[in-house]
Amino acid sequence: MNKITRRQALGTTAGALTVLGLTGAATSIATSAAATPAAPTPPGTVDEVYQGRRIQITSGGGGHHGGHHSPGQPTVRIDGRELHIMRNADGSWISVINHYETFTEPKLLARAAVRDLQGAPLVPFGGVA
Amino acid sequence: MTVRKNQATLTADEKRAFTSALLELKRNGSYDRFVTTHNGFIMSDTDSGDRVGHRSPSFLPWHRRFLLEFEEALQKVDASVALPYWDWTVDRTTRASLWAPDFLGGSGRARDGQVIDGPFAYSTGRWNIDVRVDGRPYLRRALGAGVAQLPTRAEVDSVLAMPVYDMAPWNSSSGGFRNHLEGWRGANLHNRVHVWVGGQMSTGVSPNDPVFWMHHAFIDKLWADWQAKHPQSTYLPAAGTTNVVDLNDTMRPWNDVTPADMLDHRKFYTFDTEPVAAAASQR
Repeated sequence: MNKITRRQALGTTAGALTVLGLTGAATSIATSAAATPAAPTPPGTVDEVYQGRRIQITSGGGGHHGGHHSPGQPTVRIDGRELHIMRNADGSWISVINHYETFTEPKLLARAAVRDLQGAPLVPFGGVA
Repeated sequence: MTVRKNQATLTADEKRAFTSALLELKRNGSYDRFVTTHNGFIMSDTDSGDRVGHRSPSFLPWHRRFLLEFEEALQKVDASVALPYWDWTVDRTTRASLWAPDFLGGSGRARDGQVIDGPFAYSTGRWNIDVRVDGRPYLRRALGAGVAQLPTRAEVDSVLAMPVYDMAPWNSSSGGFRNHLEGWRGANLHNRVHVWVGGQMSTGVSPNDPVFWMHHAFIDKLWADWQAKHPQSTYLPAAGTTNVVDLNDTMRPWNDVTPADMLDHRKFYTFDTEPVAAAASQR
């Protein structure tokens, strides 16, 4: 049991390193071609179906809804409707659906909102439906 | 003078008067304006920008003023009504009389979280959720589902023991009494109670659940208890702080009231049990 776990862990690490290596190579080609300092890796986008709902997260869009948020904040959508989210000073996240509970990343926040919604659609921000 | 009582001590008549006044504010449209105001602030208060109602030193005076305005609205309907407070360190189970059908009604049913008993059940036709963040028009709760336990008295006491009101950077990452009471750090008091109730209480439109007022009336009482325990401590910051309401700055949305105006609750109401000044206490 212990050996299998260890082997699996090593396998995972090797796989992750390979991916990182390829990414690093691609990045270094791109940056040397552009001759600019490497930009911070943008957080990955998400497009998944979770409990029958489509979660889409795009990075760095920002600027929605009257500019409540600093630019660069990801946009989270559930079945195409935007979920109002906010980043805390410690890097954790909250949403208008889970406003008093923090999550370590937007995907977990979006999944928590899906669980809470129990199939209900989001309505436009702060609006009277 | 208004006396705010522990909800567990209310008589049947007092409960009836309170819930009737709530239903009247809902009927005449006043109630939903409070929900809209709260949601507007909760969406715009940010750690790195302007912050007034939440995640900032003015969390406490802002909610004190917000509750005063709401209590005044209730008293226009029935002058005998005062906001009760919910001491969730004592009345900490779903069996508390708070959740009985003659008061707030109980938890939501499993299928859709809908509250199905009490004066605020959707089936009464008198408590539709109109200011909402999703399509559901009924009051929901999931008592104890989002987090298992309400804060304990010992946890409350550990936060009341903190001598400094608030600290830079004056947001959700701050040390000090305010942020530990609000719950972004440490034992997590105020935030955890919202999560424990669940339903609309865990969202930006939390005042849709009447328990919002009783929860915040207790948070407000804990501020008064803290003041009595630390008579040398006061609201911070004093002046000149970017994006933050200093002691003598006015607060939105009223623009004519400052944290300094809100420090002494006895100008507006007293509690059934007033905090005992630290000098006279052995604690």
